[in-house]
Amino acid sequence: MSNPQQLRYSKEHEWLSAADEDGVSTIGITEFAANALGDVVYVQLPDVGSTVSAGETCGELESTKSVSDLYAPVSGEVTEINEDVVNDPALVNSAPFEGGWLFKVKVTGEPEDLLSADDYTAFAEN
Amino acid sequence: MTDAPPAPRRTALDARHRALGATMTDFAGWDMPLRYGSERDEHTAVRTRAGLFDLSHMGEISLTGPQAGQALDHALVGHLSALAVGRARYTMICDDEGGILDDLIVYRLGDEQFLVVANAANAQVVLDALTERAGGFEASVRDDRDAYALIAVQGPEAQGILGSLTDADLAGLKYYAGLPGTVAGVPAMIARTGYTGEDGFELFLAPDDAERVWEALTEAGAPAGLVPCGLSCRDTLRLEAGMPLYGHELSTDITPFDAGLGRVVKFDKPGDFVGREALEAASRRADSVTPRTLVGLVAEGRRVPRAGYAVLAADGSRIGQVTSGAPSPTLGRPIAMAYVDARYAKPGTEGVTVDIRGAQEPYEVVALPFYRRER
Repeated sequence: MSNPQQLRYSKEHEWLSAADEDGVSTIGITEFAANALGDVVYVQLPDVGSTVSAGETCGELESTKSVSDLYAPVSGEVTEINEDVVNDPALVNSAPFEGGWLFKVKVTGEPEDLLSADDYTAFAEN
Repeated sequence: MTDAPPAPRRTALDARHRALGATMTDFAGWDMPLRYGSERDEHTAVRTRAGLFDLSHMGEISLTGPQAGQALDHALVGHLSALAVGRARYTMICDDEGGILDDLIVYRLGDEQFLVVANAANAQVVLDALTERAGGFEASVRDDRDAYALIAVQGPEAQGILGSLTDADLAGLKYYAGLPGTVAGVPAMIARTGYTGEDGFELFLAPDDAERVWEALTEAGAPAGLVPCGLSCRDTLRLEAGMPLYGHELSTDITPFDAGLGRVVKFDKPGDFVGREALEAASRRADSVTPRTLVGLVAEGRRVPRAGYAVLAADGSRIGQVTSGAPSPTLGRPIAMAYVDARYAKPGTEGVTVDIRGAQEPYEVVALPFYRRER
């Protein structure tokens, strides 16, 4: 399992892309998290226009065996959600770093403990 | 001294599961495969092709002797002395108050030889109860938990796959029957039983032979699309088939009658049996009032009900509780089994919801099972 180098990671197993020219980052869950959940069957995402706070829950992911909270890795305003993943939650399992992205945020604040790919890999494997 | 729980037990196929990349889980003190890849794909394989399961955590207990059948008649709620050699029966063991200690499958391997298969979590309780209850009979009870590995091959292709590895007359083997035979060159008790709602077989064999039989089935089943399957899909398969799971639909707090399974209690068998008096009262109670009934629920939305969630009537009052719930791969929607007030148990009852973490999600009441295979 390899975690893309260009992303940063939270200890809640979310990934965060570098902000684009408008300051917007894309957020998803890692392949490690998707594997741990098993087949994702339902995702509840924050509303577009709502504000999320780093480290706080902003949605949920349901798999065959369990329901898990979705945490915001950064603070900001939600600018877009991935309707494809709402309609086909299996994308979270099949392409967690690509087509299975969850939502986009115009970042207003980020915690200091976001991890690099290498640090996250070490964290997840322990 | 330490308070740490004992390390989970590993089956004879443990190395195989790890080589296959299984996600493992602690289940009743055993380290068992939860899934190998996608649990939904495993589920679908069993419904449409075939799946291979390691069920070696199940607890085998042997009863032998001239009065082994009578001892079981006394110890269990079923009439096992009437079971024909080579047949199997679904039954239960109850306490003096009629509460369910476990649900069991009993195989009659010979005139004086029975094999009782208990749930892993209850095997010690069942072993202790059988040992005590067989005390007055010419029968001996033997703990055979370590004597058997249990491999199941389930699904519409199961007979063809297993048939290529055995000379046993599988076509002549009825549902809930078992016979001694040879599979892939090793001795096995071949039973046409399962917990998936599909046709299939369970193979009781020596742990040392388990790898060989697993490998042979994997190879023989590959062209037919057989895949290894974990306990996660076993749970969704049994739930779709409306089969109860101990600890969810069944417990010591309820009698077989409360679970809608009063038919397993055989009052007309000879001799007394443990729990008779309490069960007769429970039977009369069930005839006059049915305080709650096990029903199926199918979601209109996509949020999944979990065990313990409240079931509500249209006016928001609590009418029952979910015992098992999961997304159903076959129906494509979440399903649940729940005990509800009998007034709301009729299929199609309007306005029933499940409280899913504070939100009332609409559910349709349906008759069980959710899924029945075509024969």
